[in-house]
Amino acid sequence: MSIIDWFAKKEKSTGSSERLNIPGDVWVKCTSCSEILFQKDLESNQKVCPKCGFHFRISPEDRIRYTFDTNTFIEKDSEIGPTDFLRFFDTESYTDRIRKAQSKSGKNDAVVSGTATINGLPVNTAIMNFAFMGGSMGSVVGEKITRTIERSVEDFKPVVVFTSSGGARMQEGIMSLMQMAKTSAALERLAEQRVPYISVLCDPTTGGTSASFAILGDINIAEPGALISFAGPRVIEQTIRQKLPKGFQRSEFLLAHGMVDMVTDRRELRHTLSTLLTTLSIPREPNQ
Amino acid sequence: MKLLPFEKPLAELYDKIAQLRKLSVEGNIDLSGEIEKIEGRAEQVRKEIYTNLTPNQIVQVARHPHRPDTDSLIRLIFDTFVELHGDRLFGDDPAIVGGIATLGQFRVVVMGHQKGHDTKENIRRNFGMPNPEGYRKALRLMQMADRFRMPIITFIDTPGAYPGIEAEERGQAEAIARNLREMAGFTVPIVSFVIGEGGSGGALGIGVANRLYMLQNAVYSVISPEGCASILFRDAKKSDIAADAMKITAPEIVKLGIADGIIPEPLGGAHHDWKVVSQSIQEAIQAELCKFKDLSEQEIKSQRYAKFRAMGRFLDPGI
Ligand SMILES: [Zn+2]
Repeated sequence: MSIIDWFAKKEKSTGSSERLNIPGDVWVKCTSCSEILFQKDLESNQKVCPKCGFHFRISPEDRIRYTFDTNTFIEKDSEIGPTDFLRFFDTESYTDRIRKAQSKSGKNDAVVSGTATINGLPVNTAIMNFAFMGGSMGSVVGEKITRTIERSVEDFKPVVVFTSSGGARMQEGIMSLMQMAKTSAALERLAEQRVPYISVLCDPTTGGTSASFAILGDINIAEPGALISFAGPRVIEQTIRQKLPKGFQRSEFLLAHGMVDMVTDRRELRHTLSTLLTTLSIPREPNQ
Repeated sequence: MKLLPFEKPLAELYDKIAQLRKLSVEGNIDLSGEIEKIEGRAEQVRKEIYTNLTPNQIVQVARHPHRPDTDSLIRLIFDTFVELHGDRLFGDDPAIVGGIATLGQFRVVVMGHQKGHDTKENIRRNFGMPNPEGYRKALRLMQMADRFRMPIITFIDTPGAYPGIEAEERGQAEAIARNLREMAGFTVPIVSFVIGEGGSGGALGIGVANRLYMLQNAVYSVISPEGCASILFRDAKKSDIAADAMKITAPEIVKLGIADGIIPEPLGGAHHDWKVVSQSIQEAIQAELCKFKDLSEQEIKSQRYAKFRAMGRFLDPGI
């Protein structure tokens, strides 16, 4: 069996890179165009397929590296962790799910937040991590996003949030729903202080996350091809009993329907953010 | 009145009563003693059933087709009501009813999700599932309330925001998100009541309130028990387990600090006596509005912010 056949046999994944467990973990197949890529080439291209432009999902660490000035990111609130306060049990307990996700990622929950600079401009930022329980929003995500926004209410630095989330975390019941209101309420205060907020919507941004802080940017930027929706495609198909058109609920569809300001290639993002934030921010003396 | 599956023991007793009544008329015999006895038994059975409802049974009561709806409650509760229509952008969504109303000394803006009691009306109301224009109509009315210093009363009763192609095209997510943000900024009090189903973001979209009440058999959840069961339990039939696991009943929602109080329902559920339920809601509205009368605009807004700011359970070694 050739390598190509081996790849062809492998099930199509949903955007994370497929790795080959033979010589050195150096080959990756593009989810979109099936091109076999050198892992090294892909990484030097910010995990965008050099052939077709497909944007692979990336970790918060990669995002920080691609977006912010070198070594300027300082993490905040990393010690906050989730708790199984409902003692929720589905096919396994929430406690076990948390433990597994934590040991796999080395992170407490599905968002990394902190401060950094982009071309010298300081920002408060939060980056969601889809690899941690589908980027689901529970109390920790809600709290860290809210604290990020509240820091900006105090210090007037712009907020930049990168979303990648399947929506609310069901294992936290109604409390996860309330994080939508909590984060949106914080954005109301931010707007009152006239501090800019840019939301970068990455694949995927759906459910409760899309229907709260993700879509409320003064400027909404979508990465190419990202699934951005309130209701998931499967739920809609079940409701209306018909197949959805190709490209439905993808970034370009949202641009056409007026929901995002632009669809921006990841490799342009740093420059775009820098320009937007510099232009948007009210010139003022920093607080203190 | 439609009996729910778990009310089957009642159905048998009611059948027997009907038979005896028929017999007594047709045969011209006095069976009032027997009838009374069975009626007493039925009342006892009803009490037994309704004091031990499981979360999944409560969901069925919350969805009862004859449960009081928003429009009917508004007309029972308020002295006057003028319905207002349209979002001024696209259309008028029949799944949300709203307008201006008076109650004694109070002028308010009132709105809520609207379900029907039969198939025809339910189709017209889209089963209480709003499209973006519903949320935008709600926002327009709330902004007007804020402008004219009118408290806002909302009734929540929806399976969720409508998951459809056009709803997505017109920005369902944006419509809900904007409401969440804007409601946080209003300087008039907002008092909300979950009267039936509080379904996810579609419920919260008119529910960022200073004070939240649950009707005794209402439920409030992040996803429907069926949805949760099919995603997490991989079996939609396990909705009874999901309903239990998610803690969606009125006492649980109060315990979690999301709701502030419970409006009692008559034995057997709110659908047995709309009037009694409407009176209890009316009293709660009056009591709440009296409390907020003495608060400043800033205090009203801060109280609401603090309420939602405190929502969340997590481990923080720093505290
Ligand atoms: Zn490719």
